Amino acid sequence: MTSLTINGREVTVTSGEDTPLLWVIRDELGLTGTKFGCGIGMCGACTVHVEGRAIRSCITPVASVAGTRITTIEGLDPAGAHPLQKAWIATQAPQCGYCQSGQIMQAATLLKDFPEPTDRDIDAVMGGNLCRCMAYVRIRKAIHLARPN
Amino acid sequence: MFRRWLLGILIVVAVAIAGLFVIAWRPSIAPIDPPATGSLPPERVARGAVLAGAGYCATCHTARGGARYAGGYPMATAFGTIHSTNITPDPDTGIGRWSEAAFVRAMRSGVARDGSHLFPAFPFDHFTKVTDQDLGDLYAFLMSQPPVAAPPRQNTVPFPLNLRALQAGWKLLFLRKGVFEPDPARSEAWNRGAYLAEGLSHCGACHTPRNAVGAERRSAAYAGARVDGWEAPPLTAANPAPVPWSEDALYAYLRSGVSALHGSAAGSMSEVVHDGLSRLPDADIRALAVYFADVSGAAARADRSDAAVVAALAASGQAPSSASDAGAELYRAACASCHYNRTPAPLAARPELALVSALGSDDPTNLIRVVLEGIGVEEGMPGVLMPPFAHLGDADLAALAAYLRRTRTTRPPWPDLEAKIAEVRRHTAGT
Repeated sequence: MTSLTINGREVTVTSGEDTPLLWVIRDELGLTGTKFGCGIGMCGACTVHVEGRAIRSCITPVASVAGTRITTIEGLDPAGAHPLQKAWIATQAPQCGYCQSGQIMQAATLLKDFPEPTDRDIDAVMGGNLCRCMAYVRIRKAIHLARPN
Repeated sequence: MFRRWLLGILIVVAVAIAGLFVIAWRPSIAPIDPPATGSLPPERVARGAVLAGAGYCATCHTARGGARYAGGYPMATAFGTIHSTNITPDPDTGIGRWSEAAFVRAMRSGVARDGSHLFPAFPFDHFTKVTDQDLGDLYAFLMSQPPVAAPPRQNTVPFPLNLRALQAGWKLLFLRKGVFEPDPARSEAWNRGAYLAEGLSHCGACHTPRNAVGAERRSAAYAGARVDGWEAPPLTAANPAPVPWSEDALYAYLRSGVSALHGSAAGSMSEVVHDGLSRLPDADIRALAVYFADVSGAAARADRSDAAVVAALAASGQAPSSASDAGAELYRAACASCHYNRTPAPLAARPELALVSALGSDDPTNLIRVVLEGIGVEEGMPGVLMPPFAHLGDADLAALAAYLRRTRTTRPPWPDLEAKIAEVRRHTAGT
């Protein structure tokens, strides 16, 4: 039994302590916007926020986030209108879309830490979020578009 | 003739043993009835609670998942595993029948109420420096905690080292009794920091190397040591962090668990900060920072700081030198999203690997442990979680560690990394 807050909702989940947070989010809580990619923290598809910062949920045991606030793509903005989401639509960034929720969650932390990112900042921070459709150029463009100003 | 020799030897041995027991013998102190709930002065209990934080008593006197202060925490020493004792006021298994005099004797001389010698895993060599007033307040606090019945756990110290009487000899050699004496030539803050560090906070217990019989080597104070499967880094000028530990950096680290120019606390040090020192007022943390800035001689090396930060940030986002460098690829995929930094300064929530002491140390243990175990959301900088990467193989982790060492320090490569990673993995799996 682990208690946590997900997208503002307090829940108690029964998955074993070692269960990756990703499976709790997808299977137990039914929030399937977060995707499974590699399962070893190397592709970024499973990225969610713990206490407002991006982490890879596939390698994070649920017990280690007990009592924390978790945000998934479903909770990033109540209306799905986060500046990044709007920029993603404006630039038509996704192709197949599978990696995109992870990309957006990672980009949100990027903008929080570096509100005016350079291409170098984007490449370094987003380098762990793989996109098999090679949408990187549009993703970078969308991030620049979403800069707060 | 032979018989006479034998008799002579036997007499000498018998006298020596008798002599040892005479030296070692300590009287038992009469048991008391545990103080009734609420009978101790609340102001003393409140002061004692802060002091228990300064000494982070709970860190060693609480087993994983066990009741607070009920003991049973295993300490792996060179002489076997010693379990901490129950210091709740339970009359049978704790210190409920200890008078204040018995408590003070234990803290100052390492002797239990019944007269038996305590092992120096209990740092009485530091607590002997604590004032009467502070010891009395600490006693009041501990005796007002909820009593927990928790029998002592068996130690694994082999014969004859498990003979407690032998500890009397150890004390003759190594225990310097006496309350801390302030140095009038130093500031009030320095003396307060020294009083805490040398006494109740017993910093040397982890950060000072020990001799063959487990006593801290005074000539190597704060020179760094291995403890509980971690490296407690040197607190002297030998500290491997590229940016010298200034007073402000020490203050930030000891107060919050993180210094943006040094990284975050991990392992037992995280507990020291968050479950101990967090109860101290800012002035005490400042005093500790003043003292250790002096111990490390940081002021004399302060001019190195800017160049170290510039070099660290230049390395932070560099592209891998070749696509075939497995360590660089791993770093880019698994580490950079959280650890990348840019000018003008690294962010505390993004620990800059080129600046952490774990990468500059000649012992890769701390880096390996943090990668294998991660850092909990309440450890280090609260709210910043690092997941464990134990699922990566030894060869991958070795490539990653070698890459970081090569590109972010000027130190020689770590030898035998794969074997070292396998060893650390075995150790952490066993705890």
